[in-house]
Amino acid sequence: MGFFIETVFGGLMAGVLYSLVALGFVLIFKASGVFNFAQGAMVLFAALSMARFSEWLPLWLGFENKILGNLLAFAISAAIMLAFAWLVERYVLRHLVNQEGVTLLMATLGITYFLDGFGQTLFGSSVYRIDVGMPKDPVFIFENVFPGGLLVSKEDFYSALVAAALVAVLTLFFQKTGTGRALRAVADDHQAAQSIGIPLNRMWVIVWFVAGITALVAGVIWGSKIGVQFSLTLVALKALPVIIIGGLTSVPGAIIGGLIIGVGEKLSEVYLGPALGGGIEIWFSYVLALFVLLVRPQGLFGEKIIDRV
Amino acid sequence: MIYRENGQFKTNYRDDKQIFPIAQDRWFVIGFILLAFTVAPYVFDDYVLKAILVPFLILSLAAIGVNILVGYCGQISLGSGAFMAVGAYLAYNAFVRIDGMPLIAAILIGGVFATVVGVVFGIPSLRVKGLYLAVATLAAQFFCDWAFARIKWFTNDSTSGSVAVGGLEVLGWSINTPTDKYLFCLGFLVVFGLLAKNLVRGAIGRQWMAIRDMDVAAAVIGIRPVYAKLSAFAVSSFIVGVAGGLWGFIHLGAWEPLAFSIDRSFQLLFIVIIGGMGSILGSIFGAAFIVILPIFLNQFLPFVGGLVGVSVSTAMVSHAEFMVFGALIVWFLIVEPHGLARLWGIAKQKLRLWPFPH
Repeated sequence: MGFFIETVFGGLMAGVLYSLVALGFVLIFKASGVFNFAQGAMVLFAALSMARFSEWLPLWLGFENKILGNLLAFAISAAIMLAFAWLVERYVLRHLVNQEGVTLLMATLGITYFLDGFGQTLFGSSVYRIDVGMPKDPVFIFENVFPGGLLVSKEDFYSALVAAALVAVLTLFFQKTGTGRALRAVADDHQAAQSIGIPLNRMWVIVWFVAGITALVAGVIWGSKIGVQFSLTLVALKALPVIIIGGLTSVPGAIIGGLIIGVGEKLSEVYLGPALGGGIEIWFSYVLALFVLLVRPQGLFGEKIIDRV
Repeated sequence: MIYRENGQFKTNYRDDKQIFPIAQDRWFVIGFILLAFTVAPYVFDDYVLKAILVPFLILSLAAIGVNILVGYCGQISLGSGAFMAVGAYLAYNAFVRIDGMPLIAAILIGGVFATVVGVVFGIPSLRVKGLYLAVATLAAQFFCDWAFARIKWFTNDSTSGSVAVGGLEVLGWSINTPTDKYLFCLGFLVVFGLLAKNLVRGAIGRQWMAIRDMDVAAAVIGIRPVYAKLSAFAVSSFIVGVAGGLWGFIHLGAWEPLAFSIDRSFQLLFIVIIGGMGSILGSIFGAAFIVILPIFLNQFLPFVGGLVGVSVSTAMVSHAEFMVFGALIVWFLIVEPHGLARLWGIAKQKLRLWPFPH
């Protein structure tokens, strides 16, 4: 029993990270109807920038303080993501307004490749560390409930907290601020939003920036966990089944979908894996998404926006 | 001046329905193919044949398959690499497990199995389209990656997980030298290219295009979406599967699942976008472009770096390759969505008037 719960716990933690990446997808899809394949590349790019600047800045400016270095690096990475959002809007999205979804998807594939190459040219392509001072030591909890207790990593716990905080901030931003309201209006109806004077182009920049920030946070958490390396983009590809399961247009869907995938993956690996030869984590989430597509194409929480043919 | 159709009258329907209605085009293409078969093997050295032309021919073939699905039927696929893998591995199994299996038959059997897998993963396309379908085809990609790496039966219980074929021969003609390989692949490309061209300009191809342009309207005028979409998946994955068989048997000789990873799927999609969606000729242009560009960058970037006094490492070249491909994809989608094939068409149009302005 203890082992089962440990597995579920581990899955939930992985799921939180999938949710973070999926959140970026959903935000952009809602606001601009773009299925942003580049979200994974954005995670890698932001994480690379964070890792390298937190390493470079103390050298350049000659200070030792780690927290200051990390904060500055975070700010610079956020600024870079803002510049990226502006460039994408100015040079890609603006020219592809009113194109079909598939065209936009392929354009973001192009952005993915560009960003992968650009990030590695700029920041190098080996494995980098992000050290934001997350405690690494595992702890035992519930020792009085189960014999031996449950082994959880403190790091996982903190990253879940950070993710929850980010979601809370995003919710506040969307519900309480003027910009957030405008973004929701754009998400509901482009034309109506435009007709009451909401500047679509600026909203796209903002939403890509917000997605960039979620990518940055996801990148920092993930990077401090497994190191910043190219395989981050592959992990981020897992966010695709997450949003299929949760629904393309639903923020809660992204979070719950992420948790479902995280837990499902770990459980299937542990309990089904040995029978099938192991390594089924790679495809389990995709095949799950495939079944969801067949049975309930709009996902668990999504709006019914798919045209049936 | 030279390129004119003046005086070429079409007096019956047969003339009107030719693949190349303009005589100059026809003779040019026929002449080009003949040159490719006869002169090219003597002109190019082994390195060019082996490292450039053979991959180019096979990728062209695969791109034709992908183009049928993506360009003609409008169903996006990120799983082409998986269908290539199915073609390669099942062809391998047919070749190794059945005694005396002819090479061409083995490759075609691989194609048939790829068809089956393609249709199975194409079933979601009946309910969803576009973005959603991309995820469904990604499922095919990851599942096949795993299956060929983990299920021992597919690799004939080889311990290293990689498979190798040897002793390739067709009716006593053994395919060993780069020239043989080149001719073998060229034969496949010509046959399948002609087949695909005829399919897409026939009734079934028009159905695909109708579905692509507007599925509801197509259904209203009596085109069965189920039949049209699944047939596109079937034909596409058959051709892609055959290309996969060739890639494994002829180009690589020995391979492991990594040869057909998701990068291959993206590469094929890029060939189609750059070459021109909805164009057989475009697939070939795109493949040529994508094979030549890395070689060009490999030579060109260190040269430029040398001019400005920066040494360019191979890692930088490969990153630059990523950037150039990414930027080109976006550029083509914005500026010329019909790709190189359309540029070719414009050039031909200009040539008809040349040297006069009107």
